[in-house]
Amino acid sequence: MIRSLPKSKKYTISFKIYIALFYIFLFAPLVITCILAFNNSDFPSLPWKGFTLDWFFANDGHRVGLFHDVNNLRSIWVSIKTAFIVSILSLIVGTMGAFLFEQEEFKFKQALYFLTLAPLVIPGVILGISILLASNSVGLFLEEKLGIEAPIFAPGFWLVVLGQFSFITTFVVLVVSARLKKFDRTLEEAALNLGANRFEVIWHITLRYLKPALIGAGSVAFLMSFENFNTTLFLVGSEPTLPINLYLQVRDGSTPVINAISFLMIVFTSTLALINLYFSKKKDD
Amino acid sequence: MKHARLGFYIFLIPVVLWLFLLIVIPHIDLLIMSLKSENDLGELVWSLQNYKNFFVEPVYWFTFVRTAVYSIIVTIITAIIALPVSFYITKVVNPRYSNFLSILLLMPFWVSELVRVYGWMILLRESGVINHFLLKLGILDKPIEFLYNDVSMIMVLVYTSMLFMVVPLISVMESLDDHLIEAAYDLGASTKDIVFKIILPHAKPGLTSGSIVVFMLTLGNYLTPNLIGGKNSLWFTEQIYTQFIASFNWNQGAAFGFLLLLLSSFIIWLGLKITKQNLSKVVQ
Repeated sequence: MIRSLPKSKKYTISFKIYIALFYIFLFAPLVITCILAFNNSDFPSLPWKGFTLDWFFANDGHRVGLFHDVNNLRSIWVSIKTAFIVSILSLIVGTMGAFLFEQEEFKFKQALYFLTLAPLVIPGVILGISILLASNSVGLFLEEKLGIEAPIFAPGFWLVVLGQFSFITTFVVLVVSARLKKFDRTLEEAALNLGANRFEVIWHITLRYLKPALIGAGSVAFLMSFENFNTTLFLVGSEPTLPINLYLQVRDGSTPVINAISFLMIVFTSTLALINLYFSKKKDD
Repeated sequence: MKHARLGFYIFLIPVVLWLFLLIVIPHIDLLIMSLKSENDLGELVWSLQNYKNFFVEPVYWFTFVRTAVYSIIVTIITAIIALPVSFYITKVVNPRYSNFLSILLLMPFWVSELVRVYGWMILLRESGVINHFLLKLGILDKPIEFLYNDVSMIMVLVYTSMLFMVVPLISVMESLDDHLIEAAYDLGASTKDIVFKIILPHAKPGLTSGSIVVFMLTLGNYLTPNLIGGKNSLWFTEQIYTQFIASFNWNQGAAFGFLLLLLSSFIIWLGLKITKQNLSKVVQ
């Protein structure tokens, strides 16, 4: 059964096979995607026709590698911009939320906390369409009643940012709150007694203490934004983010360039995930 | 004291703005939109027509029920696969490896869902990797299309949501005291009894929170049914997308969206009630 108990050989072996199969199931699609990014064939499929870097660097009219593919490069840039702004915004508001829920007492706190958790149980598609509808209503109102054209309320970059911000902030609140719970508040009191004001205390003491959690939450926010599909789908305008752009290409037939992009995404996200893991380990110390 | 109040409002205002402008008001708008439809003159008036359409048109509620049933199936399969895995990582494998195995477990889920679904497409399609090997080994003489059916759609849905089941299960298994199992074993309990009377009851909270998240994510999934499921496997989110983007009938789409929201909230509420848990505990 467990480590300390005797177990039959058959049990041990079949369990090991099961676990091996499970890990193959987990990694097979990713590994094969990466391998085929380097296959010297015009289709992302086997047989293996030799190693090539064409899908990254080629630009000879017949093959256009990722680094010469304007359309994909632009969507990567859009995604980076979006993720950067979303993670900054959600980090600021999420940290304020964490302070609010951990350190303040006020009426309706429970109700407000419940609302904060709501994005966790609202499907992304619904969040997307509801924000699309609301911003459309605002845009229409401004145009019809006040005669102001407000393209910012039409699907596009800023709407995507708002849509992603609306649920990623919840994750920031949860991550930062978890760390703030363990904070020793006597440190704050000591600083206050020594003449610091509330903001000096937060700036010099609490935020220093929260730093690992802030970095962790920031990288999670960046990844979530970078990868979001469901909410973004409804809010995207003429500048698609990378997942939306990839989706359109995959739907209409695929080329090994998609594998090259996937390979880079896998490398990039794994690195960010490991950084995040490193900081969350440090947090536990 | 005045400073403290000021601090409080500086924290409160952004949070309240976020929650009301981006969560509460859009959902109220969604509800209002869903309750309006065009009359014969092309004006928007209050009506229940959109909801009536849903119940009158069989394809709509058929898709709705299908989505719900398939999401439940996906949740159950995910739980059955994840239980032994979490048990192995926390209780069976040499403790030296258990940390490594759990990190390895998390890695694929950091990668975009689109990339993961795309990986399965390369594996499963007619010209795909699995067909390539089956042909090479002489098991098949001509390739089979593994994509575009319900079985592969369910498999990929299980794949995409596995993390949200495994992680809570690992954390409940960690808190299970080995002595309980040892004692049961010494007293002559069978493996079956140990599993059903000790391990499963102990794992119940993790199982519930995992199930809720997996169910919700599957219900609201768009990518996998769309790319793997093919033409005949309808998913309710696709209906919403069609109403919004293809038919440009936002009022109908809003009604569908609201129905999906009601369904997912109802099931999650039911799950929490039955297992006597609350949302803030589950997400911790």
